[in-house]
Amino acid sequence: MNPTSATQLLHVEDLVLHFRTGNGTVQAVDGVDFDLDANRAVVILGESGCGKSSLAKAMLRLLPRNVESYSGKVFLHGADVMTLDEEEFRHNVRWAAMSLVPQAAMNALNPVLRVGEQVAEPAMVHLGVSKAEAFLQARRMFQHVGVPEDFLSRYPFELSGGMRQRVALAMALVTSPALIVLDEPTSALDLLTQANIMNVLKRIKHELGTSFILITHDIATSSELADEVAIMYAGQIVEVGEARDFFSEPLHPYSQMLMASVPRLRSDSDPMFITGQPPSLVNLPEGCRFAARCPFRMEKCGGEPPVVRRGNRKVKCWLHV
Amino acid sequence: MIAEINQTRIKEMKIELAPLLSIRDLHVWYELRRFGFGHAGYVKAVDGVSFDLAPGETVAVVGESGCGKSSLMKTILGLNTPTSGEVIFDGRNLSELRGNDLRAYRFEVGYVQQDPYGALPPFMDIQKILEEPLIISGIKDKAARLERIRKVMSEVKLHPAEDFLPKFPHMLSGGQQQRVVIARAMLRSPKLIVADEPVSMLDASVRVEILKLMHALQAEHNLSVIYITHDLSTVKYFSARIFVMYAGNLVEKAETRRLLENPLHPYTLALLAATSDPDARNAESFKEVPPGEPPSLVNPPRGCRFHPRCARAIEGLCNQQEPPDFEAEPRHFVACWLYRPGEQGQ
Repeated sequence: MNPTSATQLLHVEDLVLHFRTGNGTVQAVDGVDFDLDANRAVVILGESGCGKSSLAKAMLRLLPRNVESYSGKVFLHGADVMTLDEEEFRHNVRWAAMSLVPQAAMNALNPVLRVGEQVAEPAMVHLGVSKAEAFLQARRMFQHVGVPEDFLSRYPFELSGGMRQRVALAMALVTSPALIVLDEPTSALDLLTQANIMNVLKRIKHELGTSFILITHDIATSSELADEVAIMYAGQIVEVGEARDFFSEPLHPYSQMLMASVPRLRSDSDPMFITGQPPSLVNLPEGCRFAARCPFRMEKCGGEPPVVRRGNRKVKCWLHV
Repeated sequence: MIAEINQTRIKEMKIELAPLLSIRDLHVWYELRRFGFGHAGYVKAVDGVSFDLAPGETVAVVGESGCGKSSLMKTILGLNTPTSGEVIFDGRNLSELRGNDLRAYRFEVGYVQQDPYGALPPFMDIQKILEEPLIISGIKDKAARLERIRKVMSEVKLHPAEDFLPKFPHMLSGGQQQRVVIARAMLRSPKLIVADEPVSMLDASVRVEILKLMHALQAEHNLSVIYITHDLSTVKYFSARIFVMYAGNLVEKAETRRLLENPLHPYTLALLAATSDPDARNAESFKEVPPGEPPSLVNPPRGCRFHPRCARAIEGLCNQQEPPDFEAEPRHFVACWLYRPGEQGQ
């Protein structure tokens, strides 16, 4: 069964990534499903330790050594990339079709190479183009992300944090991938720089038609780019839907409480906090993983909650059955 | 609103009380040296800052990284020596304090760090961490120390204390670590708390919890709090006044509500415009961001430091003369030539 439609870019089904540690198995990504159409952006929102960065790694198959299980289906342009072997994946998928801007990417630039070389390199490696052509492409990407062209010959230390973040973005874009996974792209940046980077992302989406998976804990900033929102809690996606619907009426109790915890500049709402802590990913409770903190807990919540469809939204909660 | 209650209380107190902390034309410059010797200029991190803080008053210093807010904070904590200007705390001039007097001053000022994990020594358990300041301050009786620790831990809602005392920082969640940091700051019953981005490292759902806790402690002990942050959306829940800092200067000072309802300085306007509330409509438009980046503090621009980025800069004025503080409306000060007397400000 191939569930992809014509406009569908990505279809993720039951993605699992578990790690082996001294304390037991960490179920970082535990059965994640979502879809993404071309030229759309989905925001994966979650708090620290919910497995969202592991999800980014699982998507790009950038795995550490202590993986216990890694399974599921990831259809990109209708083909399941999980069936590819490492060499095919590296050649045809990573960077060529899907690239990553890792967390704190701006601090991960090589300090002894000019940024132009670093941006051009993925094009040479993954697309096999000549050096001149790769530099031409890098120059083009610098324009898209708003970095002056003469910065190509500068070293990372000569650039501000915002500029380095743009360079990291150019590096992800240089191969013209259909999809970019952004892991907390603005979390270490200043307010005005953050706004600038979000503007750049919006512009890229309009100009190049790129799709984005934006992984963040910053709800307010995420709304700058989101077409769809997926809420992640304890290794699972508990709610996914259109951004418009989500921001006006979150369905899952966790989403509702998370939204209520956001301090707002333009309204006088009194923000609330969620008592308790998320469960340890090593020792997950039976049934609904949010039940212990949920004000609407029922007896049923001891059993695995079903994924309920509400129009084109999905929520994993007994309340909506 | 919480902040409003604060404001009325402060208005009442202002009449009867002298300021707890008074900062007069403070300059904190760091000398730059070429290859370890030879003068190469100064980093003018704080350049002419003045304000008063009443007992029990909460004020937020808002600014981006590199604007000098940390230097200001460290000077208030007595960790930096001012290049010029005065820091007067409770009638004492900070730069004249030495030895035991300086130590006594530090007991009166609590410091809540930004990164709780980095602020707690990883090799000490919570009991050791909390006992140390009490030992230094000369409480020799262990039972008395523990009693004080228990009391403060219950105030920051780390209970039962017995569960936490033998734990090491890495065993606690981010929120719990920050509570330990707050407890440590509260141990010596300070009059002033300096909180440096106390919630920026925490998750959204915990952030509000910590802010509310700090607010409750502030109200109960009538603490003065300097809350340093870059996040304007949290300010109104915590602070009665806001100071906006840019490139070493306070560019706008006003009561929180007044500033949020009627922001005046172009930089404040830019900060407010860049702050998003969660709303799906945000994705439909671009944000307006002033061009460029904050200036180098070694060689700040002549005149107003914001003028190279300012769309409303007045040629021949903003790029020539540094703007003084104008009182644009009662108790709303703005260092911007647009608001000079006789101008409409538009």
